Amino acid sequence: MSIGSEKEIRHLAKRHRKAKVFASFCAAVTWSGVVLLAVLLYQVSIDGFAWLDWQFISSFPSRFPERAGIKSALVGTLWLIGLVALISIPVGVSTALYLEEFAGKGRFAKVIEVNIANLAGVPSIVYGILGLAIFVRYFALERSLVSGALTMSLLILPVIIIASREAIKMVPMSIRYAAYSLGATKWQTAWAHVLPSSFPGIMTGVILALSRAIGETAPLVMIGALTFVAFLPEGPMDSFTALPIQIYNWVSRPQEEFHQLAAAGIIILLVVLLIMNATAIYIRNKTERRLK
Amino acid sequence: MTQKQLTETPDTDIQSPVSGDTSIRQSRIRWGEAMIKGWLGLCAIVSIVTTAAIVILLVSESLNFFENVSPSEFFFGTTWTPLFEPSSYGVLPLVWGTLIVTIGAAVIAIPTGLASAIYLSEYASDRVRRIIKPVLELLAGIPTVVYGYFALTFVTPSLKTFFPDIQVFNALSAAIVVGIMILPMIATLSDNALKAVPVSLRQGAYALGATSYEVTTRVVVPAGLSGVMASFLLAISRAIGETMAVTLAAGQTPNLSLSMFESIQTMTAYIVQVSLGDTPTGGIAYQTLFAVATLLFSITLVINIVSQLILNRFREVYD
Amino acid sequence: MSQVSDSSTRDVSQPKMHKKSVLEIRDVDIFYGENKAVNNISFNIRRNRITAIIGPSGCGKSTLLRSLNRMNDFVEGARVEGELLFANENLYSNDVDPVEVRRRIGMVFQKPNPFPKSIYDNIAWGPKINGFSGATDELVEKSLKQAALWGEVKDRLHDSALNLSGGQQQRLCIARALAMEPEVLLMDEPCSALDPISTAHIEDLMFELKEQYTIVIVTHNMQQAARISDYTAFMEMGDLIEFNVTKRIFTRPAVKRTEEYVTGRFG
Repeated sequence: MSIGSEKEIRHLAKRHRKAKVFASFCAAVTWSGVVLLAVLLYQVSIDGFAWLDWQFISSFPSRFPERAGIKSALVGTLWLIGLVALISIPVGVSTALYLEEFAGKGRFAKVIEVNIANLAGVPSIVYGILGLAIFVRYFALERSLVSGALTMSLLILPVIIIASREAIKMVPMSIRYAAYSLGATKWQTAWAHVLPSSFPGIMTGVILALSRAIGETAPLVMIGALTFVAFLPEGPMDSFTALPIQIYNWVSRPQEEFHQLAAAGIIILLVVLLIMNATAIYIRNKTERRLK
Repeated sequence: MTQKQLTETPDTDIQSPVSGDTSIRQSRIRWGEAMIKGWLGLCAIVSIVTTAAIVILLVSESLNFFENVSPSEFFFGTTWTPLFEPSSYGVLPLVWGTLIVTIGAAVIAIPTGLASAIYLSEYASDRVRRIIKPVLELLAGIPTVVYGYFALTFVTPSLKTFFPDIQVFNALSAAIVVGIMILPMIATLSDNALKAVPVSLRQGAYALGATSYEVTTRVVVPAGLSGVMASFLLAISRAIGETMAVTLAAGQTPNLSLSMFESIQTMTAYIVQVSLGDTPTGGIAYQTLFAVATLLFSITLVINIVSQLILNRFREVYD
Repeated sequence: MSQVSDSSTRDVSQPKMHKKSVLEIRDVDIFYGENKAVNNISFNIRRNRITAIIGPSGCGKSTLLRSLNRMNDFVEGARVEGELLFANENLYSNDVDPVEVRRRIGMVFQKPNPFPKSIYDNIAWGPKINGFSGATDELVEKSLKQAALWGEVKDRLHDSALNLSGGQQQRLCIARALAMEPEVLLMDEPCSALDPISTAHIEDLMFELKEQYTIVIVTHNMQQAARISDYTAFMEMGDLIEFNVTKRIFTRPAVKRTEEYVTGRFG
């Protein structure tokens, strides 16, 4: 085909058509994902909305759908968030700080890095098995909030570490050099300058990790979070249930009403997640503005 | 330029921050610093301990299992009935269940995820990106039980209108739902990989008279291929490890059939089944849990390692 | 005459420094991995004087400067051989604490790097973490006056340092370093990122600081070196070509290569 011949022009038109079709295809696929999300949320809402009332939030589960409520599960989940945050944030951020500020490029650091990358990909149910064997059985912590919190913390630790490392890496070296040149030690520099500057990024990563922890069911099933809990936990050593477990339990029942109850539970769960993410975005914006 | 006068401030009432007479040698060990470094290092070791614990636990209990059941029965047997008589320990039905759900999910998620990534990185305006990116994050953040619920109450009934023979618990529903679950992962990671390809590469291709389709498929995607492939592998690994959605959608029936309309059991669903039931510790049934878990762990580990290798070895370095 | 027993860690071969020099560079080589960046350099830094290090890009002057306060420690694979004497110790001997060294030898960098904090906190932080518990307000004021910045910021000490202009930020960094009352102030091309007016401000500043501090400045601006320094070291490709009183370097240099550089025939 010579340049400018009729054949080439027709071929060019075909190529352009192909490009247009391709672009439209990609766009359609992407937007259908948005549509899908909307459908999913809509479906859940109409199924469960009717059951959402104060009685639902303030009652314990029951064999009778009209009397069943989500109180114990909600409280259990809140307890869990608190304990998991308490355990995983210090350990995760400390690890990230260690890897970025203190460890060299030596083999020790590399081994830890590889470990974390692999742990990030381990299925959550394996963490459940680990928690069962180590926390519930070996340390005899029974099926308590502590067991659940420790297991979930191990699960989300890689996420927190990786996200925190990214945030810490973004602090420019020039700030550290300035601090060192004033006779500051590595920790003084990390505490006074690196951590505050990377705080927004770390916070975002932490919230993402905690959101994941809230939605995970399999590990809690493994360590034995109970499915019919008609009391509120009063301390970390008490047994408990959690939102995803309760939802799973209700979905597994054949009766239609329990499915709707499950939908209502899902709405509550999504609301909790929404609040957490909104808090993260708020904190991130607030601290980012302060740094500017 | 006028010379500014140095202010005469009496030095006596300002304590000097530095005493010029102290030796620059280490006068005292910085205990605080050492302890802090110790604590930080200890935290870092938690990851190593976790990995070690997982490996030791799984391997030791699996060895116990293989004292009672021969590996050939386990790996090549086609009947899985460990919990009732007559007991049979062939794991292939579970592996098959995991396989068809994963492949089904991949067939759905890989083309659509990649197409979304291409749309986001090559075609979408900033405004569109600002809408779609959060949507993807939301989709990724939805808990797996919700997808299980969605499968049971929406997907399966919808499928029934097209395929009336489909069972309440079926593999297709699970595959669809898991596909939706891993789609955001592929889209986001691939988008990152494609966005990392420098604009100059695209511009060079456009300058030669290529269409957007040609630039995308012949220049951009090949350049970002390592990241794209790594995202596929990570998503597949995630699909293999998925538990609750498949348990709810596909049921608990170990089944080697080729039909996707029937109930199957994945490795993960089996593990949940055992732990929800009253299985005595130490019995053979309890050990099957670890054997299956070890198999699951090994498969995902291999996939993750391969994906990391691809990322590290074949990543294009643009400079 | 009784034998006075010094502290047992006193080395018999205690290096003695010339009483007028605050830093002595003796046969120093600096390597980055296998690469030798600085080759067998020796000269002294005299107290209360400004010593300039000049030379074309890549000649090793910044590397040498960074080794004077052990900032090279943060570069992977950097290695220093030879002796760098300060306070009668070799900076690189094993029992020297680099944090201590940096307390007493301060640095100002090429690009201003204030902390993303208030002006006040920028200056107060260094002394605070080093145990200063005295009158911080006065220290901040004194340092800002020494850096000729007080007048411009005295009403907004608690504003963010990032709101200052480039020249002001650099003077803030100088004030921050001065708050530590270092014995030596190292300056690595401090004006290269600034406009001519800010540069002139800072050059004036250095004249005044000379009375109290010792300054070592790396600069690629020959005219600047000629204007403000007392001694000049000319480096090329890691070697010290010539070290002398500034006046001589720029009017009657002893080495032909020096003459070629300062008359602009290369570099």
